[in-house]
Amino acid sequence: MEYLYFPGCTLYTKAQNLDAAGRDCAKILGFELKELTNWTCCGAAFPLAKDNIMALAPPARILARAKEEGSSLTTLCSVCFNVIKRTNELIKGDEEKRDKINTFIEMDYQGDVQVLHYLEILKREIGFDTVKATLKKDLQGMKVAPFYGCMLLRPFEEMQFDDKEAPTIFEDFLEAISCEPVDFPYKIECCGAFQSVGAPEVATECAYAILNSALKNGAEAVTTTCPLCQFNIDSMQREIREKHNDFPGIPIIYFTQLLGLALGLPIETLDFQRNDVDPRPLLKAKGLL
Amino acid sequence: MGRIGLVLCTCDPEGISRFDPELLADGWKGRKDVLTLAHCPPACSESGMKAIRAFVERNDLDRMLVACSKPELFGRTLKKTLRQWGLDPSLSEVLAIPLASEGQDLQEASKLLSNAIEEMQGRAPSKRRETSFRKRAMVIGGGITGITASIDLGNAGYEVLLVDRLPSIGGRMLQLSETFPTLDCAQCTLTPKTVETGQHPLIRLITYAEVESVSGEVGNFLVKIRKKAAYVDWEKCTGCGLCQEKCPSKVPSEFERGIGLGKAIYTLSPQAVPNKPVINREVCRYFTKGKCRVCEKICPVGAIDYEQEDSFIEERVGAIIVATGFDLYPKEEIGEYGYGDVPDVIDGLAFERLNSASGPTAGEIRRPSDGRVPKEVVFIQCVASRDPERYMPYCSRACCMYTAKHARLYKHKVHDGNAYIFYMDIRSMGKGYEEFIQQGIEEEGILYLRGRVSRLFRDDGHVVVWGVDTLTGKKVEIAADMVVLATAMIPSRGVTELAEKLGIRADEYGFLTEAQWKLYPVETGVEGIYLAGCAQGPKDIADTVAQGGAAASKVQALFAQYRNSS
Repeated sequence: MEYLYFPGCTLYTKAQNLDAAGRDCAKILGFELKELTNWTCCGAAFPLAKDNIMALAPPARILARAKEEGSSLTTLCSVCFNVIKRTNELIKGDEEKRDKINTFIEMDYQGDVQVLHYLEILKREIGFDTVKATLKKDLQGMKVAPFYGCMLLRPFEEMQFDDKEAPTIFEDFLEAISCEPVDFPYKIECCGAFQSVGAPEVATECAYAILNSALKNGAEAVTTTCPLCQFNIDSMQREIREKHNDFPGIPIIYFTQLLGLALGLPIETLDFQRNDVDPRPLLKAKGLL
Repeated sequence: MGRIGLVLCTCDPEGISRFDPELLADGWKGRKDVLTLAHCPPACSESGMKAIRAFVERNDLDRMLVACSKPELFGRTLKKTLRQWGLDPSLSEVLAIPLASEGQDLQEASKLLSNAIEEMQGRAPSKRRETSFRKRAMVIGGGITGITASIDLGNAGYEVLLVDRLPSIGGRMLQLSETFPTLDCAQCTLTPKTVETGQHPLIRLITYAEVESVSGEVGNFLVKIRKKAAYVDWEKCTGCGLCQEKCPSKVPSEFERGIGLGKAIYTLSPQAVPNKPVINREVCRYFTKGKCRVCEKICPVGAIDYEQEDSFIEERVGAIIVATGFDLYPKEEIGEYGYGDVPDVIDGLAFERLNSASGPTAGEIRRPSDGRVPKEVVFIQCVASRDPERYMPYCSRACCMYTAKHARLYKHKVHDGNAYIFYMDIRSMGKGYEEFIQQGIEEEGILYLRGRVSRLFRDDGHVVVWGVDTLTGKKVEIAADMVVLATAMIPSRGVTELAEKLGIRADEYGFLTEAQWKLYPVETGVEGIYLAGCAQGPKDIADTVAQGGAAASKVQALFAQYRNSS
């Protein structure tokens, strides 16, 4: 089975550890991620101004190209998923905007590509049972807090990904790869998003609250699908510690890295040295490396 | 063959009067049995009625067709007037003529009238004779509304069948602790009424029963009522209560809103009317596990009957009042407040039980999770009300007041406790209501925060409340001990199906639709069927009692028209 794949810019640069494991796990699980040719940046934020057609051009162009190469488009990054899926919904539902966008990008796209997230393929196409049956390594009930953030879930009407208040897909995934999911009240909160650029103190506090809550509920690590969340809750931990001396820190591991670990991918592919808080001591202590 | 009078009303220049009556009458030209009153003054006016009366007498008419633009209201008046004139109202019809703007042309209008004439000529005179008109009523729903209506009708000398789904009457009000704005005890107010109902010689209680089917028409409805199996022979039962005492199954009770336990054999309250128990076979040990029969052994009169089956009663009544009341929007469906899974988050009715002397804590405010007295209590108004995007768009009308009442009652019992109320705005437009709210704010120190709560979750034994105070523009986080949700009022379960059986309409939410919102608030589209209370829409006790009385008086007026029948 082949899925057309949109990696996005971050996965080519900073988040290679999200990308590489995702591609290799796909092969083990019996599907192929075929990279879309000539892709561009998705725009990185869905425009909230109603008349901002210009910002919809990049994701619309990506979708129109995907239509030429297949019937669906898969992403790993939550932000790309959000931008592309919402653009697709808008093109599907708003004839006037659709015409405008099509005129602007000089392509004809009607909104008929299915936008998928990798987790959805695992759940619906492959099945978590199959994932479970394919495991090479038992992660021994490592306590992992699934951090959904906002982009996968909201706005619900457009994303239709999972229950927006009490999602479970991530927990089901963690159970399938022999981790113990840790429920914590901040799992669907905002990581601080782009505040880390203009008002890093705001983002730091968001991240602190999230991680603290995960720690308090017994998490040994936190997992995410999103490079932006990763930046705020992983890279910003140094700033958190400067303000909150007693903050112990906690590794943030991409879900594809955990999946790769469980499916026995080589340590080079898992690329843990890219994670800001090094998860290797934890994994070594658990006998997983 | 009857003589039909066709009245073309001139009330709307865009209506039927835009056509030439000569051309319009092409389809029935030359017919002796159809007479036309063209250019009739507005039919609903006095001059219009006068013209119609003269038209009827001049031509010895017995059937009537009126073409106008607003048939809903006038139809009612016409039928009544025709009856007064000694004509058969079932041989009349008011036809809705689409306006010019709705694109109806002459041919279509003429065709519509022709068809109506054919249909009217084919109608048989009403078989209803005055002597078959039953001057007895059925009231569906034994809450305070149905009780009020039943007592009014009974006192007026009419026989009443009062049907309730539950084992005893009293309805929602029986669950309340105290009522606003006077803070008098709900049970003390209600119990004399339930007892009066139970003892009234003209009121027959049919409880633990549901309406199965309804046929017939005003004056002569045939109703079939399913009497659910109670597994207790109520004829034998003396209401001693021994069975409830000894029953070993303790299960969360629906009446206690899940915060208290009840027995598998139960009455709703010690003052239940009628004071006869029923067995809930879903939880009864004998019915679920095949072993127990304790109640059978203990019953001194041998009233327990595990073999009992549903039975049916058929009755004829002249009028029906529907007073089926309300339910609360289930908190289990509200995701941002934890889908009902966060402990110590309860709804308004649960708080009533918590505060009630007859409730599971004997009136002490103790939170469900660990029985501690909560010191920080957050009340949230407009939960699932006034939220068109996700839940109910309408205002549930009573929540501003009952939330203020809850907070005040809480402060009366927990003096060192803090009560916070999140609100959108305060709607306190009843007599004494605004003063009641102000007293809570000024004298009892209740903190009102204008804003919504975005999320609730459990943390360290607290319910963390994330809200906003829009007057200061600040985010508010409260580590509460208990949270009370003023969830939206919704119609009782099964009302839509009941409406179908009765042939009356319900709106998109399931509230029953009145004949006309302002002038016919308790009438329905079906003559002889009336509605009252929260079945029609959310309201407080005072309003619901007023409607119960109104519906009863409409039934009395209807019955008074038939002097010769029984």
